[in-house]
Amino acid sequence: MELLDKLNILADAAKYDAACTSSGLDRSGQAGAVGSTMLAGCCHSFSADGRCVTLLKVLQTNVCIYDCQYCVNRRSNDVPRAAFTPEELCELTIGFYRRNYIEGLFLSSAVIQNPDYTTELMIRTLRILREKHRFGGYVHAKAIPGADPLLTRRLGLLADRMSINIELPSSPSLALLAPDKKKEAILTPMGQIRDGIVQSKRELAVYRHAPRFAPAGQSTQMIVGATPESDRHILTLTQALYDRYQLKRVFYSAYMPVSPLVPVAEDYKPPLLREHRLYQADWLLRYYHFRAEEILDEDQPDLDPRLDPKCCWALRHLEFFPVEVNRADYETLLRVPGLGVRSARRILRARRVGPLNFEGLKRLGVVLKRAQYFLTCSGRMMTGLRISEDGLLRHLVSLEAPALAAPMPEQLSLFDSAV
Amino acid sequence: MPWTQIACQYDGSYSGFLSCVFDCYVNREEPVEFHTPEDMCCSLYPLRTVETDETHARRVYLSFGKFGAEGRRLAVRTFLTCLPDKELWLWRYLCLAYEQGPGVGRNLTNPTVDRVRKAVWHLEHEAHQYKGFTRFSELDGVLVGEIEPKNRVLPLLRDHFCGRYPQERFALHDRTHGEALFHRPGPNGWAILPVEDFSPNPAGAEEIAYRKLWRAFYDTIAIEGRYNPKCRMTNMPKRYWAMMTEFQKDWDTALPELRTR
Repeated sequence: MELLDKLNILADAAKYDAACTSSGLDRSGQAGAVGSTMLAGCCHSFSADGRCVTLLKVLQTNVCIYDCQYCVNRRSNDVPRAAFTPEELCELTIGFYRRNYIEGLFLSSAVIQNPDYTTELMIRTLRILREKHRFGGYVHAKAIPGADPLLTRRLGLLADRMSINIELPSSPSLALLAPDKKKEAILTPMGQIRDGIVQSKRELAVYRHAPRFAPAGQSTQMIVGATPESDRHILTLTQALYDRYQLKRVFYSAYMPVSPLVPVAEDYKPPLLREHRLYQADWLLRYYHFRAEEILDEDQPDLDPRLDPKCCWALRHLEFFPVEVNRADYETLLRVPGLGVRSARRILRARRVGPLNFEGLKRLGVVLKRAQYFLTCSGRMMTGLRISEDGLLRHLVSLEAPALAAPMPEQLSLFDSAV
Repeated sequence: MPWTQIACQYDGSYSGFLSCVFDCYVNREEPVEFHTPEDMCCSLYPLRTVETDETHARRVYLSFGKFGAEGRRLAVRTFLTCLPDKELWLWRYLCLAYEQGPGVGRNLTNPTVDRVRKAVWHLEHEAHQYKGFTRFSELDGVLVGEIEPKNRVLPLLRDHFCGRYPQERFALHDRTHGEALFHRPGPNGWAILPVEDFSPNPAGAEEIAYRKLWRAFYDTIAIEGRYNPKCRMTNMPKRYWAMMTEFQKDWDTALPELRTR
């Protein structure tokens, strides 16, 4: 089989993985080697669906022994199968990397023969890449659930970031759609990787040349919309993963119907807006000092599709506002809709020089059309701003409306019998 | 007494501009226009032609240390941006910075600092974009790439690409400003030189094969059910596409090219 065909098959099989980041690690290039990584990561292209392409995202092979219903590579699915040999995958990676097409390799695999054999195959690829080609770029490796812990450790020593997909947000859903996978089989290696990272950090503090185990941390992914979990359930789970497993990222992937066995409605569309709102809430957890309990509670188990979660929180906690720009601390500023991490930091810096007014805030990059309702500058609201409490919701929703997909226009009938 | 207003003529280089700053402070004159010898316009202000003096330029450059890290960064990088009348804005910024010292980096609501900071942000953002969107082609063992930036990003890209490919010989051509970054293995093996004619040889078979592979990968990786062209254009504006392999139609040209120029 030609390399081009293999690439087509194995990239197609890998594309449903949402994680495509190259961040979390700063490693400068070394003489005699090729490659470096950037802390912020770097996007090399954007595909037609608007997602960033930063790593060469392929499977080692798509030959699989499992039969998970949400997955295109399941055993019962009739698709062409292929496998890269370790050598040709390395050649391809280096060829792409030298031309600056990619930031590194994202290596995943379907389970061929058994988890141990699959992991060994991946280790062989990464060893050739790191040792023979002296590749210093980014490598994201998928750990295979059920593989021997020693093999997972060796994989982590060669990769920069590791991930294990949690796939579905609860064990009943997992039992329904991925009968061969168990919750424990996913969480055990996740815990092992966490411990490996902690231990490696401790060793590095003592010995500078100690081996680095997954220095860019670990991430995971779950599918949204295939099973009936609420947003609250998903967010609480996400928070637990951040707290207990010290993950760098949790990715959400709107469910794409890939199997005839999971029944979906005729006009099913992937819940892209819901995914977007979940990512916004995820940002609140990671950068804005929010807790999942604050964003959603039992009365309100799902995120409002009309408004972003921070605005929703602000509308439910009007007693918290208005915030005085010239006095409020960083955490308080972060809670104001229209203020982000950057503008909050700029406010802290700029107000050391002198008091801020609304014109100054605009210069700092604050989104005033949202923030104006929640801020005072030296005790004064924005001049000419008059708004009631229920008018506020209308205003904020109308600000966001143009960005959301409009409902399809409908031809009205003059002679509608149903009226 | 207010300083005399003059028009400055200099050679267009950064050292030349710094010499202007030096001479203006020595002669207590305030530049209100900057010209290079190529500019064909005349001015109502008295014209002062400033000779580039490296020692003067160096003294001014070292004085930027007084502005603090953030203030210094703005003072150094503004000259690389595409801000209209950047010399004038930079002059105003420098006057303010000499007055305020390290505080200038915090004075974000000042109109001059604001203008300069946003221009530098645009420069740095564009440089970051080009770290990803630059495409190299291997032509006769040399990696060759071309970009068309609005700002002069080559000095900012230099560190990144030289660090990333220490074993490669490569050339990165900036079409807009007619200069190119050249690199060969070894310590300090780089140079940014003006280039008049940049026409590399056509691509070989291996190069074309890799282009095909990349394009196949790029087309495959998109999920049809999530097609979202607007999001792609927000993240990757169309002005970058011309030089990118994934949007290229002809395979055998030396470098990716969409438009005929």
